[in-house]
Amino acid sequence: MFEVNSISIQYDEKQVIKDFSFTINEGEIVSIIGPNGSGKSTLLKAVSCQMTCKTGSVKLNGINLKSMKPKQIACQMCMLSQKNQAPTDMTVYDLVAYGRYPHKRWFEKLTNDDRDIIQWAIDKTHLTAYHDRTVASLSGGESQRAWIAMALAQRPKILLLDEPTTYLDISHQHEVLELVRELNLDMGMTVMMVLHDLNQAAHYSDRVIVVQDGEKAMCGTVEQVMTAKMIREVYKMDSEVHYSSTEQKPRIHLLHTAR
Amino acid sequence: MTKSRSGIIVVITFVLAIAAAVIAIGLGSVTIKVPEILQTLLDSTSDSVNETIIWNIRLPRVLLAMIIGANIAISGAILQAVMGNPLADPGLTGVTSGAAVCVLIIMLAMPEYTQFIPIAAFVGGMAAATIVYALAWRRNGISPITIILAGVAVNALCGGVVGYLSIIYSDRLPSAVQWMNGSLAAKGNSVVAMVFPYAIVGWILSIFAIRKANVIRMGDQVAANLGENVHRIRILLSILAVFLAAISVAAIGMIGFVGLIVPHMARFLVGSNYKYLLPMSMALGALVLLVADTGGRTIFAPLEIPAGILMAVIGGPYFLYLMRRSVF
Repeated sequence: MFEVNSISIQYDEKQVIKDFSFTINEGEIVSIIGPNGSGKSTLLKAVSCQMTCKTGSVKLNGINLKSMKPKQIACQMCMLSQKNQAPTDMTVYDLVAYGRYPHKRWFEKLTNDDRDIIQWAIDKTHLTAYHDRTVASLSGGESQRAWIAMALAQRPKILLLDEPTTYLDISHQHEVLELVRELNLDMGMTVMMVLHDLNQAAHYSDRVIVVQDGEKAMCGTVEQVMTAKMIREVYKMDSEVHYSSTEQKPRIHLLHTAR
Repeated sequence: MTKSRSGIIVVITFVLAIAAAVIAIGLGSVTIKVPEILQTLLDSTSDSVNETIIWNIRLPRVLLAMIIGANIAISGAILQAVMGNPLADPGLTGVTSGAAVCVLIIMLAMPEYTQFIPIAAFVGGMAAATIVYALAWRRNGISPITIILAGVAVNALCGGVVGYLSIIYSDRLPSAVQWMNGSLAAKGNSVVAMVFPYAIVGWILSIFAIRKANVIRMGDQVAANLGENVHRIRILLSILAVFLAAISVAAIGMIGFVGLIVPHMARFLVGSNYKYLLPMSMALGALVLLVADTGGRTIFAPLEIPAGILMAVIGGPYFLYLMRRSVF
């Protein structure tokens, strides 16, 4: 459903993304991993049209995003960055209501349908009890969930998440990723996210794309990608990759810097 | 901050501003009682002895203070959203002084072209805003601190030009000084008639700005993600803010702090939703400048303190108080 065709991005003189192609199928969770500065976040910005590509195309359901208006894109695709800040007096409900913005025109008021969607998004992210609380008063995990609720209220076909767990402690990290998986299983939401933690990427995704120096180093199922060899080549770390009898997905134990 | 409460506060402030206007008309060297003012204003057939004072002196001055106060406050509120910076206001960003320099050039060097003063003010304000943006622009948006630093630079530059102009045209200076200090004295119906049509246009455009300001205050990335062209909104809203500030400068010169402090007070009272913040800034701006001007002309009578000077005297400490409470 989502096709990225040999895109390149340049900052000043430096080429940040080089001839990058991949596809994402409907209902998949795809994680992008790679070292710092490899171009992961830039890649996400490029595919969400927040940055213009020098070459190449991004197609959603066969339609080139460049030929779509920003509002039309916003109705189909939503991207959340690692850290978002709502005005301090904004309530959860008001924040989630912003998700309806791209669907509305000037002076169009929220209809009952919109209100149902907002309520649904709040319930779906388990924030029903926090309806009238300000976003600023929520914990990190709760506030990240509120932003995801806003994204859901946009009713996107594909959700792009840029390091959704970076500023959260471990339990909140899992809380957010569990929510992502739940949305994927219940609604078939297609998700593409940048993650830092290899185990989280292994645990929560169907496929993984490895980015190194702006190029696609690897792309495949978790089992294909998460190997000691890949980790040595990309992260310069020695590691052991275990498959336990209770879990389907591999666990990665990082040992030390490769010599 | 519930919505109904914010709405009520906005309405109350508008009512207060109108009440203050009626009282202010009565204050001055000749004190006029409220019933007489109301009778004169509402009933054109009445023949009050003070009719001329009310219609030709007090009312224009009160209206002008309110229109200008509303304009500058709205301008500041919009700039704060657009620049994502609570310190942004037409004064600190250099827009006011940019406009003032161009007006001064006409006043001092080309006095035969005074009808172009509003246009000159707008051109000067836009030039200042463009310079500030150009200096503060970074690949990933504009940095709040560089905006202020760029504003300092533009203000310094304009200050230099003003100093230069006042030396070479020292003979024509007295009238310009009165104007530069933000004085509302001796501005008759003609100035009100000059400003009012522009102000109406600005206010109508501001209604359209509410929704865009609400989106852009969420930050560039979120606004873009909601399908907005962030650069275009930023440019259009900035033009509107400069327009509102420039026509005010053209009419009465430089008045500081209204654009900075009034939106802050408004935010404190009705929250940060521009649906309430913008009308609240308008009402509160009108009220604050009216009080400043009326205070300036009555407290030290027969001496008259320009409203701009009074605003700076009250506004400076209030600004420090805000900093202390670390609102920024």
